[in-house]
Amino acid sequence: MKRLINKLVFVVLILVNTNSFSYDSDPKTFITELVNDAINTLSNKNISKTDKNKKIETIALQNVDIEALSMYTLGDIRKTLDQGTLEKYKDLFENYFLKSLTSRLTDYSTQKFEVLSADQKSETYTIVSSRIVKNSSQPELKIKWRVYTKDPAKPLIRDLIVEGLSLAKTQREEFASILNSNNNDMNILFQKLEEFIKK
Amino acid sequence: MSLKKIIILISASFFLLSSNLSAGTEKECFEKVSRGVFKFNKGFDKVILRPIASGYNKLPESIRTGTGNFTSNIGTLLTVPNHILQGQWRLAGESTASFLVNSTIGILGFGNPAAKMGLKNQQEDVGQTLGAYGIGTGCYFVLPILGPTTIRDSFGLVADTLIDPFARVTLREKEFLNVSGTKIDYFSVKGAYAVDFRGDNMTNLDSLEKNSIDMYAALKSLYLQNRTKKISNTFSSEDVDDWGEFNK
Repeated sequence: MKRLINKLVFVVLILVNTNSFSYDSDPKTFITELVNDAINTLSNKNISKTDKNKKIETIALQNVDIEALSMYTLGDIRKTLDQGTLEKYKDLFENYFLKSLTSRLTDYSTQKFEVLSADQKSETYTIVSSRIVKNSSQPELKIKWRVYTKDPAKPLIRDLIVEGLSLAKTQREEFASILNSNNNDMNILFQKLEEFIKK
Repeated sequence: MSLKKIIILISASFFLLSSNLSAGTEKECFEKVSRGVFKFNKGFDKVILRPIASGYNKLPESIRTGTGNFTSNIGTLLTVPNHILQGQWRLAGESTASFLVNSTIGILGFGNPAAKMGLKNQQEDVGQTLGAYGIGTGCYFVLPILGPTTIRDSFGLVADTLIDPFARVTLREKEFLNVSGTKIDYFSVKGAYAVDFRGDNMTNLDSLEKNSIDMYAALKSLYLQNRTKKISNTFSSEDVDDWGEFNK
């Protein structure tokens, strides 16, 4: 009986958690709700740093198209790699991305954020415009979100465009530079990603 | 203009045109050297620029805004001839009006009443003008202190000092409309611009450094994207859908 209760409690907790990170399917509302949730989490003084990071990671895992992002940032070399190497890369990228995202969000979490508008560019993507409001330590920062809308019921974030500069593209060129300087040796990229994750 | 200057300009033009044919945007001129210079620049930033900018950020906001406005207003003097060279007459007019309004009503440019009047003042330079003419970037490299650049933009940097009235009066110490200046004025304004820029980007650069696995490559990508954006004036990465094969 005790085991059954434990299992039930576990299932209920999972369901509560899943529901808390489910946002509206309209891209503009989706970004508004998601960012507010992330900022509220990071600024909540009653949650430990570990729990904050865990919640941000869960939000990202459910709402960012990490798999597509991992392949995009790897560039054309992905077409030449075997399945094992690709799987290892995807795994490392996910860990790298989650750590990097949490760190970046923490850097900007004290600032005021506003979602301005949404522009549907095609059936598969919408650009949501937002800004970090100017404050005493930072000028206004325009941030656009590339939201993948192939499944209209489940939008996914693919890129952040800060003042017209794509973070996904920057990441892709960062990886390309490491690979180009090391004869396209994936092990060097793995090593760099592992070093970052362990930091 | 002396014969020597004309020969230098013609040679540089040929150099730029040929670099357009042979170099892509990602190509490095001499990566190892550039990475070394980048390391030196990071040290310079850590020891000199960042501490000054941190102190600067502690000053009252009005002083920082005034400094940013002042350096930006002087930058308009370079913007105007570049708008003209790009045939952007309306923007040239707006920038001129912005300079006149800010230099007078805005008290030597410390205020920015022109912005409240809706006068646009986007910064332009010779590198952007050459880009607008269709001249490619040439290869990429890093200059000591000045940071990331390309063959085209470094040529533009030198050309800037020839057509910028402020640089002619101060750096070249040539009197213009009874206004004179010295090299110290030039480097003081450029220094103030650098400190203001570094102060404004404290969080951005710290975050970039913390979250990069190759900051040299990340800055190179950001620099090249930013130049493309500035040259086209309208370009933004949001308009480029290079995710095609992932949209299935």
